[in-house]
Amino acid sequence: MSDSHDVSQAASDFSLDSKQVTSIGSSWEAYVNRVKSGDLGALPSLLAIFLLVTLFSVFTDNFLSLRNAQNFLEQAAPIAVIAMAVSFVLLLGEIDLAAGYTAGVCAAVLVLQLRDGWGLGAAIALSALVAIILGLFTGVLVAKLGIPSFIVTLSNFLIFQGILLLLVKEGGTVRLENETISNLIGANMSVGMSWAFAIVGVLAISAVMIRRLQTSHGTVSASATYLKVGVLSVLILSATWVLNIDRTPPKGTKTLEGIPIAVPAVVIILVILTFLLTRTRFGRHLYAVGGNAEAARRAGIRVDRIRLIAFTLCALMSAVGGAFIASAVDSVSAKSGGNDTLLLAVGAAVIGGTSLFGGKGRMLNAVLGALVLALIPNGLPLVGKKVIFGTTVDFSDSGIKFIISGMFLLLAASVDAISRKRAA
Amino acid sequence: MDDVQPILELSGVNKSFGSVHVLHDVDFRVYPGKVTALIGDNGAGKSTLVKSIVGIYGIDSGTVSFDGQPAHIAGPKDAAALGIEVVYQDLALCENLDIVQNLFLGRERLRRGLLDEGSMEQAARETLASLSVRTVKSVRQSVSSLSGGQRQTVAIAKAVLWNSRVVLLDEPTAALGVAQTKQVLELVRNLADKGLGVVLISHNMNDVLQVADRVCAMYLGRIAADVEVTKETRREFLVELITSGRSGGVGIASEGVTI
Repeated sequence: MSDSHDVSQAASDFSLDSKQVTSIGSSWEAYVNRVKSGDLGALPSLLAIFLLVTLFSVFTDNFLSLRNAQNFLEQAAPIAVIAMAVSFVLLLGEIDLAAGYTAGVCAAVLVLQLRDGWGLGAAIALSALVAIILGLFTGVLVAKLGIPSFIVTLSNFLIFQGILLLLVKEGGTVRLENETISNLIGANMSVGMSWAFAIVGVLAISAVMIRRLQTSHGTVSASATYLKVGVLSVLILSATWVLNIDRTPPKGTKTLEGIPIAVPAVVIILVILTFLLTRTRFGRHLYAVGGNAEAARRAGIRVDRIRLIAFTLCALMSAVGGAFIASAVDSVSAKSGGNDTLLLAVGAAVIGGTSLFGGKGRMLNAVLGALVLALIPNGLPLVGKKVIFGTTVDFSDSGIKFIISGMFLLLAASVDAISRKRAA
Repeated sequence: MDDVQPILELSGVNKSFGSVHVLHDVDFRVYPGKVTALIGDNGAGKSTLVKSIVGIYGIDSGTVSFDGQPAHIAGPKDAAALGIEVVYQDLALCENLDIVQNLFLGRERLRRGLLDEGSMEQAARETLASLSVRTVKSVRQSVSSLSGGQRQTVAIAKAVLWNSRVVLLDEPTAALGVAQTKQVLELVRNLADKGLGVVLISHNMNDVLQVADRVCAMYLGRIAADVEVTKETRREFLVELITSGRSGGVGIASEGVTI
């Protein structure tokens, strides 16, 4: 290799090749490059949502019905909240296998206190306190004693399940006797409120994206930003319009219309947690510890404290998820937060693009992933029996549901692994 | 050289680990605006010396002075407070974060309790520009997308962002290709030209001859030579200092006696 070649390469490396992204074309190119380099972002979950919605629309008669839209959103809400909860520890490269039963225990505490006549505020406070204690317990064992979180939370999975059983008694069910919590899932906003929520949402999204454009020093394309704002606005407003259509069943006594309350509830949680992760010092340090704990330690970050806070926040948000779970069936039983709650939550985060290796992921991913995993059990039973290659397959069978959910999870994990390989 | 006061001066420093005497009466000076190369074979005591300077190891005897004042450095925090920063070989960057986020990691600027991205981004740009770094497309690029040389650059920028006065670089070019080595060496020279005291730990004699103003050669825990680099300084001279502790009339005559 000649000397002049080295010099010219050095010169080009030193040159100011600050590429200004101005057109949609170059912005698309930059996005394709990002995807190629392994940063898929929300792409896989959006594709999965698109695929599933298309398939179910084609193969069922009533998937695209107004009432099913409400069902679907309400089925996704608890998964989304618990998926956001576990995202805190997933971002550290840790896991919380007990998040489901943390939700169950905290929901039981909430519901039991409400039954015993406590005020809503006091019951929520006690439920939150229990969550913080459970989270700190896990956090201390992981961060201070250094036990792998997999083992700690596997043990907690059993311990918390035991606590839940003791609280609600075996086979027992405790009714939820509070209208506010009960309305989380099942009630709708009024048509006026729904429009107000949608318009505030559209304005907020536009403001955030345009601000990002203005402070980006030309690295974000203006036309792509306006395109995104436009598409999102149309989507939000048309979804609101659809949900505001009267969907009262023929013999229904109560008018059903408006956006389900679960939607603004999840959106508000999403906004708060995203703000915490992206705009605060704690959020920055969480990503740093997840990316390279040694580098974070050398930078003066108290790594064990970040871990402790992450597990506590995970438990606290799981408790919020517990309230959603209780609200969905208006009761708490020994099975609340059990079954596939945790698996769906972790699965949702991973399908959304949050890495199990830590350092990569967003709260929005958890919500998008939850939509994917809620679509499957929502749409499959509606498909019903179909003849495939001469054999009759009953798609409403739980077996099929589990197999397809599992396959989507595997697909998401493979996408993550492949994109990591490409990035490396 | 005599008219310039050393910014950091160690004299008669001894350090033992149990019965192993690792540093023998080490005198070491860092001058502002100069690149001081610290060379020596594996086990000669370079790393121990660096770790003693920043207080990771306590010294058994000897004195350390900074700016002519006696200094007591009990740990990396004290060293950082004086303006002494070390860039270790493994760089300690978070690959999932971008350049700005890495530069300010652990010392984020806040405004009304929230991250002040605008001000940090501005400061990152200014720092990189002041170091004549023009190799990165955007300060918002994630570190995982950077080349080895660019990562080294970010690690060095991280060290000098805090108005540091002395920067110790541990083998900054060890893992780099030809073009990238050239960039990093230019950056090292830039740091010194900005008035910082730079210590370059290196095994590469070409690098040393290219950018260093002075060379301290360590041999078995002693300073074998502390010389200025001139046009006449030859590679073979430095290699001999490293391998046998002496070369010609310079170095350790016999065990424990410096000529």
